[in-house]
Amino acid sequence: MKAAVVVFPGSNADVDMYQAVEDVMQVPVEYVWHTETNLSAYDVILLPGGFSYGDYLRSGAVARFSPVMEEVVKAAHAGKLVMGVCNGFQILLEAGLLPGAMLRNRSLKFRCTMSRLRVVNNQTPFTREYGSGEVIEIPIAHGEGNYFCDETTLARLNANKQIVFRYEGENPNGSIDDIAGIVNEQGNVLGMMPHPERAVHDWMGSADGQRIFRSILTTWRERHRAATHA
Amino acid sequence: MCKAIVYVTLRESVLDPQGQAVQGALHSLGFDEVKGVRIGKYLEVSLGTADKAAAEARVKEMCEKLLANPVIEDYRFEIVEG
Repeated sequence: MKAAVVVFPGSNADVDMYQAVEDVMQVPVEYVWHTETNLSAYDVILLPGGFSYGDYLRSGAVARFSPVMEEVVKAAHAGKLVMGVCNGFQILLEAGLLPGAMLRNRSLKFRCTMSRLRVVNNQTPFTREYGSGEVIEIPIAHGEGNYFCDETTLARLNANKQIVFRYEGENPNGSIDDIAGIVNEQGNVLGMMPHPERAVHDWMGSADGQRIFRSILTTWRERHRAATHA
Repeated sequence: MCKAIVYVTLRESVLDPQGQAVQGALHSLGFDEVKGVRIGKYLEVSLGTADKAAAEARVKEMCEKLLANPVIEDYRFEIVEG
């Protein structure tokens, strides 16, 4: 298994993501520049946080047209696991791989703090190592994490169990239905505002993010075994 | 040559906390008549064409592809000389 960390001009959590993959998953991982036009060598695509293109126009709006994004869309449609964290989530929304959009935090404040999340759906490839309804601690760092979608979309997200994480207790950004992370209908694309890659060791304040990376690995191993024995 | 004047605004159904903060500031300055503030974006797009009809179609495409996000924003524009 090989993981790609996609780097856009202005990404700043790419190193954290890379190290989390190395530390927790212990599989080969490579940085992939946004101009790359072939991601076929990678099994998992990770879009890190940051401020791609300075958040100009809207966060993620310009990065979404980077050459590499066509490949990310292709990988997502092929069923590969794709995870976008923070700015990565914003890019997935702008690219239409996930429904909805991000607004400025309701408080207008940039929030950089530990957040408590409830694992609403532990039946996804990214959350299977968590207990159902478990409350975990993963830090946030964003000014535009106020997830918004229309009522029809929200009803569909709920009906399809696409809401994966909700803020527990205080909602730090005003997101609709306390949403912190969602998956697409197929379940292979995850977007979340909190940073699991910044919660993989106790000395970081929490190691609760580890299990996302372990879930990804378990899913891949299962699929890989199924494919080689088919 | 012509240019497009594009306005991108948050949809009515979307809360605008920035606008609310500015409204609060205007109230504290004594502008009590202010009933609401909505903040949007203003863009000037210079076009290398004098064909207004063609420009109109192209700018609409620009708005839909990049300049506005239809989930949260509306847009309108005019094509002017310049």
